[in-house]
Amino acid sequence: MKTKSPIYLLILISPFLAGWIAIFIGAYNVSPFMVLKVIAGEIAPFFGNPDIPERAIILDIRLPRVILAGLVGIALSGSGVTLQGIFRNPLVDPFILGISAGAALGCALSVGFFPEAPIQIMAFIFGTIAVVLTYTVARTQGEVSRLPLILTGVIISAFFTAMVSIVKFLVDPHKLQSIVFWLMGSFSLADWNLVKIAGAGIIAGVLPIFLMRWRLNAMSMGEDEAKALGVNVKRERIIFIGASSLAVSIAVSVSGIIGWVGLMVPHLVRMIVGPDHKSLVPLSMAGGAAFMIFADTLARNLTALDIPVGIITAITGAPFFIYLMKKGGKESWGR
Amino acid sequence: MLEVKGLQFRHHHGEDDILKGIAFGANMGQITTILGPNGSGKTTVFKCIAGLWKPQRGEILFGNKNISNLPCEKRAKMLAIVPQEHEPSFAYSVLDAVLMGRVSHVGVFSSPSKYDYLKAEEAIETVGIAHLKEKAYTKISGGERQLVLIARALAQEAPILLLDEPTSHLDFRNQLLVLGKVRGIAREKELTVLMTLHDPNLAMLFSDKAVMINEGHIVSNGVPQSVITEDNLRKVYGINVSIINWNGARVIYPRIDS
Repeated sequence: MKTKSPIYLLILISPFLAGWIAIFIGAYNVSPFMVLKVIAGEIAPFFGNPDIPERAIILDIRLPRVILAGLVGIALSGSGVTLQGIFRNPLVDPFILGISAGAALGCALSVGFFPEAPIQIMAFIFGTIAVVLTYTVARTQGEVSRLPLILTGVIISAFFTAMVSIVKFLVDPHKLQSIVFWLMGSFSLADWNLVKIAGAGIIAGVLPIFLMRWRLNAMSMGEDEAKALGVNVKRERIIFIGASSLAVSIAVSVSGIIGWVGLMVPHLVRMIVGPDHKSLVPLSMAGGAAFMIFADTLARNLTALDIPVGIITAITGAPFFIYLMKKGGKESWGR
Repeated sequence: MLEVKGLQFRHHHGEDDILKGIAFGANMGQITTILGPNGSGKTTVFKCIAGLWKPQRGEILFGNKNISNLPCEKRAKMLAIVPQEHEPSFAYSVLDAVLMGRVSHVGVFSSPSKYDYLKAEEAIETVGIAHLKEKAYTKISGGERQLVLIARALAQEAPILLLDEPTSHLDFRNQLLVLGKVRGIAREKELTVLMTLHDPNLAMLFSDKAVMINEGHIVSNGVPQSVITEDNLRKVYGINVSIINWNGARVIYPRIDS
């Protein structure tokens, strides 16, 4: 990637800055220098790491939470920018297209009724079913128009959310509580084990997107033109949608439903660096990680309670969507 | 030489054949224009050659090689298309838009190399829009955007160039400008250019060969002077025209009877 301006660099390092700040802010006061010292000591053991309480707080509690938030941010924002590109529609994200609702049903089923079925796999299967349904219903005569796509996403999301409600209604009350809390979207259960699962799944999902990102430019020209330019549209749509669905499903399985990130972050980054996916994709991923870490730090510290971060993103996301709609006017809804 | 042989096409649930055995050839370094009224099958011929629709029968040969069944990656290296209706998506810069023509040359998991950038810049230079390079291609005039799409097709480095009604959204000046550019490029790069046009006057001015189509048949095929005649135009379009010779130019003049 060409580093055209310092702002590219700033966006790329923003997750690390946000992570650093997130670690030293919290109920237990840790100094910013202590954070660097402990992490440096862990990476390069010859500095020696004294066994102090800060060490446990930083390494066992706050660091995995920050990394998990960062990974989920990468997944949501990376798939958001991908879906916006292939559907040439700036108003979609994994949440709007139903992936999140589908994955949530998979998770709820796994938690409620089929504990032997791995939660991540269930999330992926149902997330993929949801997005494939949205895509096939919205696709008419070889093109996926903007408004029908969003409406179909709303319908499919509503359907899967209703299915989740059935699970909630039938499941035994002890499990109900954990499903309800988890659905709100939160990183409060973060530990190194979740980081490992999320890391493997999310990287497997976003890596193909990262490698093939430049092709999103041609794909955003529409199906016929992309074909004429030499893109195997069918095959590459499957790869992009499958990869997005994998990353998002894994994210949902570790953190619940966190909406709007995949819509807001790519938009803001596009406003700053332009639409070329060659730089837009990595910068959106970095921006998504930073935003997620930042939102989670707010969620932890705004009140004495650990508010689910999904509530914070929804509160910021809805007005943002309205703003885009009003500003874009006919252009964003067209066709 | 591009050869179209015995092209037959009908839609999936269609009753009648839209193309009933279309055959013609197009030469290297020349412009071949397909003329015909709305609904004549002109666009269908175009889509079949472009590989977007599959004809039931017939083949498309280029240099005696059948190119009708190539996978799209390979087809894109043989055949570049300038679409008629282009709905801009995101506000890419002109350079980024032209660079998309390199997709078939860049590996699936890679990004364009310096060489690809060079080729894109060369194409921009060729159509003469270097001054627009950094501008958003959504915020330039229709004529300029048409040139961007032509540059994108040139960056594809395919020997065949297809243009679908390249003048339909352009004003009087831009129509001449764009077609003049296309003719110059066809000569210079020895491309086989095939395009569809509505205006017989423009076809007369800019083509080396004309193919007139009506109701899925070829009506006439050859040099423009022998194809675009008073008789053929009356037969195909059902209007009376006079062709006036003036200073060596042939002007088609519709006779409006009141």
